[in-house]
Amino acid sequence: MRRRTTMVVTGVSALALLTGCGAADMTQQASPFANARGAKTVTLSVQSWVGAQANVAVAQYLLEHELGYRVDTVQVDEVPAWDALSQGRVDAILEDWGHPEQEQRYVEDKKTIARGGDLGVTGHIGWFVPTYFAKEHPDVTDWKNLDKYAERFRTPESGGKGQLMDGSPSYVTNDKALVKNLKLDYRVVFAGSEAAQITQIKQFAKEKKPFLTYWYTPQWLFEKVPMTEVKLPPYEEGCDADPEKVACAYPVTPLQKYLNADFAKDGGKAARFLENFRWTTEDQNEVSLMIAEQKLRPEEAAKKWVDSHESVWRAWLP
Amino acid sequence: MATLTAPTRKAFPPGLSASPAVRKLAALALIAAVLVPLAVTRWGGGTWPAALTVDLSEPLGRASDWIIDNRDSHPLFLYFFGHVSNAVVVAVRAVYLALLAVGWAGVTAVAGLVAWRVAGLRLALGTAAAFLACGLLGMWVPTMQTLALMAVAVAASVVVGALLGLAAGLSDRTDRALRPVLDTMQVLPAFAYLLPVVLVFGIGVPAAVLATVVYAAPPMARLTALGLRGADKEVLEAVESLGATARQRLLTARLPLARKELLLGLNQTIMMALSMAVIASVIGAGGLGDRVYQALASVDVGAALAAGIPIVLLAVVLDRVTGAAGARLGQEPAPNARALWAYALVATAAVAVAGRFAGRLEWPDGWVLGIAEPVNRAVDWMTAHLYSGVPVVGGTADWAGRFTTWVLDPLRDGLQWLPWWSVLLAVAALAWLIGTWRTALTAVLAMAAIGVLGVWKPSLDTLSQVLAAVAVTLVAGFATGIAAARSDRFERLLRPVLDVFQTMPQFVYLIPVVALFGVGRAPAVAAAVVYALPAVVRITAQGLRQVDAAALESARSLGATSGQQLRQVQLPLARPALLLAVNQGVVLVLAVVIIGGLVGGGALGYDVVFGLAQGDLATGLVAGAAIVCLGLMLDRVTQPTGRRTKKGA
Repeated sequence: MRRRTTMVVTGVSALALLTGCGAADMTQQASPFANARGAKTVTLSVQSWVGAQANVAVAQYLLEHELGYRVDTVQVDEVPAWDALSQGRVDAILEDWGHPEQEQRYVEDKKTIARGGDLGVTGHIGWFVPTYFAKEHPDVTDWKNLDKYAERFRTPESGGKGQLMDGSPSYVTNDKALVKNLKLDYRVVFAGSEAAQITQIKQFAKEKKPFLTYWYTPQWLFEKVPMTEVKLPPYEEGCDADPEKVACAYPVTPLQKYLNADFAKDGGKAARFLENFRWTTEDQNEVSLMIAEQKLRPEEAAKKWVDSHESVWRAWLP
Repeated sequence: MATLTAPTRKAFPPGLSASPAVRKLAALALIAAVLVPLAVTRWGGGTWPAALTVDLSEPLGRASDWIIDNRDSHPLFLYFFGHVSNAVVVAVRAVYLALLAVGWAGVTAVAGLVAWRVAGLRLALGTAAAFLACGLLGMWVPTMQTLALMAVAVAASVVVGALLGLAAGLSDRTDRALRPVLDTMQVLPAFAYLLPVVLVFGIGVPAAVLATVVYAAPPMARLTALGLRGADKEVLEAVESLGATARQRLLTARLPLARKELLLGLNQTIMMALSMAVIASVIGAGGLGDRVYQALASVDVGAALAAGIPIVLLAVVLDRVTGAAGARLGQEPAPNARALWAYALVATAAVAVAGRFAGRLEWPDGWVLGIAEPVNRAVDWMTAHLYSGVPVVGGTADWAGRFTTWVLDPLRDGLQWLPWWSVLLAVAALAWLIGTWRTALTAVLAMAAIGVLGVWKPSLDTLSQVLAAVAVTLVAGFATGIAAARSDRFERLLRPVLDVFQTMPQFVYLIPVVALFGVGRAPAVAAAVVYALPAVVRITAQGLRQVDAAALESARSLGATSGQQLRQVQLPLARPALLLAVNQGVVLVLAVVIIGGLVGGGALGYDVVFGLAQGDLATGLVAGAAIVCLGLMLDRVTQPTGRRTKKGA
């Protein structure tokens, strides 16, 4: 028994010696894959939608080829990305769709995250039907008439009701509350990921079937499957304050960039560059489409765009 | 025939033989007759009574807030978790930098030469080819990242597992305490492990490594304990009579005697670590898993496959090499083994240095083979031609629709319509019939815990998907397994296919099933079936092949046709293997049905994905706990009294 105790004590003290006895702040840890071979590295968070990939691809290309950085990308969902950003495991988020709670916690209270300015793209979430269906039945674009068409939107997954297709659980959505509060004869069916949702939309479009889906602009899929928005009760400031009682449309959001506070201070040229990064919806869609539809690798798509838009990105370089 | 069946029955008494089963059912009926009316008058029938649920979302939400607020200041984090996290980061980084410093030629040479020394020339060539293929697919750096993460995770799992196994192997009390815990951990879906570590460590490599360790250490612990306990009594006595102390006995006799189990444990740990390292990309593990995850986000099956193939190659190579090393144990080492090791070492060093001087440390950009495009074209073709409107048989989407409407919906609605006490009763009856009253009690308590957590309905939804998938898996798996057992050629053809399918990351299955079956529960079920099928086929075929040759011979001599042999001799004799196949099938199906939350499977899987994605740990943790309970219940209900061997076997 005594020997065992001695061994335990030795083990613990050895561990303590090895790791150093001081405090270890794990909120200040970089990824172990960062800065390999002594290069200056920037870690960017890529969210799962293609628009975000386009931002990151172009930023990465320019950081690597114009400013001599090495860029690591990590795919993280929106809310955990804030957490990772605050901890310094990620240096920047380039496209945020509005997370007031996190903003309050990290930007205002803890000051571990700094604002990085507008991305230049304006985002909007809404309910959409395919344009081919909206042309045949123009009145479907008003939410009050949706119940009339519930029958047409029915699928095996939606039970006896019409199907409102939602995408990834990580996206901002009030759809369940909306369906309930607007008393619609619909059921929200979550595709589970954007990939699954896009696949499904394309299948519907190929057969010219009607569907109702949660979707957002800017999105490259509009180029392939034109869709028309269904008007919901208009958005007013604060009408979405209580998530249970929402009964209005989604707001129009100027998309934001955020940087880790330390990175913003000490990140040098990379931080200035990311703060200056600002482009238009058309630019973003051009790159997104190359990635998602022509299946170019993101760096190839970024190269194409960079080669043809020098005047735009010259202004971003510090 | 009489001479044949009599010994058969003695060797394997059918568990459902009349008297004990009837007795158990009678006892259960008695208990039910007393408790059910009481419960129903008190809480009512129908779905789980609200009075019996506990709402955990508030305390869990507070706990999560507290952790986020105190993560950078509280001593527990600064002095304990912080160091753990730091140690992981430092270790992974060290391995990663070492791999990069050796360069691609060096790494390939090291891997090949190690494989040559422990497993022979053929596997060495295979190993080298596999590493070159990773580079050729343009995945060299992600492969090294995954390898670095795995190396650290496997090392930690082996140390933790071996220590636990040592404790359990030497002390009966520890064994009794650990065994149920380890058994339970074996059956839990990987997804359930992710949330708690994310809560403490945040997204990133440390969380991924720790989740992997928790997932991969149990097999090592089990097999270490098993090896120590299984040591030959006579040898031990002989050693003891020579006057060896306890420690000498352990080091010179028990551990060496347990070598085989230890290596098998290592093999299992490596395989589980690899599968977890891929799933952990959801919490920021990076590497190959992350490439798969990113590719799936843009519906790019080809790119997902390009990252998936290296995973499969790594898995097959690691499995074969450690397996062969185990098989070689106990053989006389070659007389010049040491010299050969030295040659190997020198050769490796030479290659690494040559690579360094040639300035070719990174995989050359020009040597990359783009497979993404042709694969995507093939997938597009499949979708275009098979999805819908195929004459006579209908398209895959139509099947999925029918499967949902005619099988999944009635099953789910039926389960949800059942009064809660009758579900508990059914669980108890099944578990008791197949096991003991203990397993029955565990199963019932697990099911009741689901109700108490307030996720009764989604859990039954998940359960209905599991049941449907298991049914399909068993029908297909038994049929294929029987065919494989009866034809050597078919089995030889099947073996590599099964190997590949068993080691593919579950993620890669998801998108082709969406392309074929659309979004919803049907694709989740389809992915689960494909994933669980190999294990069921393999166990069935093995069980049938291991049937006593003498029994078969005597059946043949009595003039039984081959069909009769199968039905009356092989299948009854292989019953334990078939039950094991059912148990494995259920466990594997559950794991994928949960991941099916990513493609519209809904229910518990969706809650976990939602919890991870929204940082809403309360929802995620409750769903995770429900998954644990569901896994426990399903395992106990299908587990014959004998112990399972291993997960995914």
